[in-house]
Amino acid sequence: MSIKLGVPSKGRLMEKTFDWFAQRGVTLGRAGSDRDYAGSVKGVDNVELILLSAGEIPRELAAGRIHLGVTGTDLIREKLGLWARQVDDLAELGFGHADLIIAVPACWVDVDTLDDLDAAAAAFRRAHGFRLRIATKYHRLTREFLRESGVADYQLVDSQGATEGTIKNETAEAVSDITSSGATLFANHLKLLQDGLILKSQATLFRSQKAEMSEQDRATMATLLTQLNLG
Amino acid sequence: MATRAAIKGEAARLRQLFENAGGVPVETDVLQPADTLLDLYGEDIRARAYVTSDALRGEQMLRPDFTVPVVQMHMADGAEPARYTYSGAVFRRQEDDTRRANEYQQVGYEVFDRTDPAGADAEVFALFHKALDGLNLRAATGDIGILMAAVAGLKTTQRRQAALARHIWRPTRFRALMERFSGQTDVPESRQKLLACDDPWANSGAMIGLRSRAEIDQRIAGLREDAQAAPLSMEEVSLIDAILQVRAKTPKALEHLKEISADLPAIRPAVARFEQRAEALDDRGIDVEALDFAASYGRTHMEYYDGFVFGFYAENHPEMPPVATGGRYDALTRMLGDGAEIPAVGGVIRPDLVLELGAGA
Repeated sequence: MSIKLGVPSKGRLMEKTFDWFAQRGVTLGRAGSDRDYAGSVKGVDNVELILLSAGEIPRELAAGRIHLGVTGTDLIREKLGLWARQVDDLAELGFGHADLIIAVPACWVDVDTLDDLDAAAAAFRRAHGFRLRIATKYHRLTREFLRESGVADYQLVDSQGATEGTIKNETAEAVSDITSSGATLFANHLKLLQDGLILKSQATLFRSQKAEMSEQDRATMATLLTQLNLG
Repeated sequence: MATRAAIKGEAARLRQLFENAGGVPVETDVLQPADTLLDLYGEDIRARAYVTSDALRGEQMLRPDFTVPVVQMHMADGAEPARYTYSGAVFRRQEDDTRRANEYQQVGYEVFDRTDPAGADAEVFALFHKALDGLNLRAATGDIGILMAAVAGLKTTQRRQAALARHIWRPTRFRALMERFSGQTDVPESRQKLLACDDPWANSGAMIGLRSRAEIDQRIAGLREDAQAAPLSMEEVSLIDAILQVRAKTPKALEHLKEISADLPAIRPAVARFEQRAEALDDRGIDVEALDFAASYGRTHMEYYDGFVFGFYAENHPEMPPVATGGRYDALTRMLGDGAEIPAVGGVIRPDLVLELGAGA
């Protein structure tokens, strides 16, 4: 048996995760070529690296198929109900910063707050006969946030990518999406609502509460966490 | 946990009680078209109902309650007055509390009768009271119609009345609006800037999206008009607060509300209905002296009850959902009937909880 560590399988998130572990004496790497999703771990015995899509890591942690996983807080909270009862967050890794926010067209000069959005939604529904559409892939987080804020007369429409473009295409009136710098929003003629910050997210190391461990695995986990200064 | 067979048996017993009271048994589909429910309840329904779909009929929801299909059935071809009963499974997503069931039986009774609303309210409540006799439950009652009448009677602009009426079921936003309209909170800086600005469109950038410049101008005009409106008087704010704080046994609550209606005449018809209902309940043998009433009860439910509301709770099991709930939903019939309204009142019992509390009486 071994401790399974899930890490995003590509891009900056993978590289930065490798760097973070390397700085703590644990060398992660791909086993073979760049296209090979098998991984290697040096510096601690009996740890297995599993390269996965960041979006699948929450599910794998919840199912206990991996013991540790690196992914964004946003994905954990969106995908896992009662997340704190399924995973523990061990460490914020200091990269992958992204805010989940609500944005509207910059030309909506009358809308700067959730209160404005709610009023605009009511008028929009009267004028157009359907609820104001907010494009997102973060359905749960957005819905909970808007419910707590008392915003009504909206509907969520699913958008798995290029969400900022939905408004220009007239398939949505507003968006709820991840932004790191705001540059994409600006380029798409959108603006943030002042009180529209739903969640601040960053890459985080999570531990599954469900994954089974043998005696040896427990010892491995303790060694690894000590090595990472988390013990 | 009672077995499925036992729960169905209890459901059959309760339904028989409702049939004996004149309820015609009806059945509805488990799969309901999602758009009707979404249109009624808004996005919140997705957090409570399971959605599924196929390529032909699009999105469908697993029946989250019976009320909507029963109302639709009645409005399509029901004769008046009508009484219906039903029993079957309903499905509710539970993502925040694993102890709550996501599938359970409901047994319901609905009355469509425009002749005597107070009498129909009392009929439903008394029937449920009898069906749950011996379980040692606390009955909670309220009346959303009183708060709605109060809002409609405020001496302020129609726009403000409409904004408050829209948020009656969202107490936090309702409170924020009251504070804004009465000048207790400052107008947000962004709003002040917008109103002070001669040309709001300077530097506004490209016009994108379906919401047109005319719509935005219209809202700005509305905001300018609103900025000129006199603040809601503190007297009226305290009258609304006084209504929301009414929480007592029915006779005392009625007395309070009558006192308040001296200063807020708009609620008199609603308070008169409350009084007629209390009399009708008394006629049906309910101990009105001991019956709790709270004017704010039922405000956080889905926006569907707009008059009398009630619930039966097991006091010794605070974690248990209400054993029965119900109320009047005239507005729902108006929305589903495309303007044609039929006053309606009804409720549901959960047979599984009845069994859990120690077998039906």
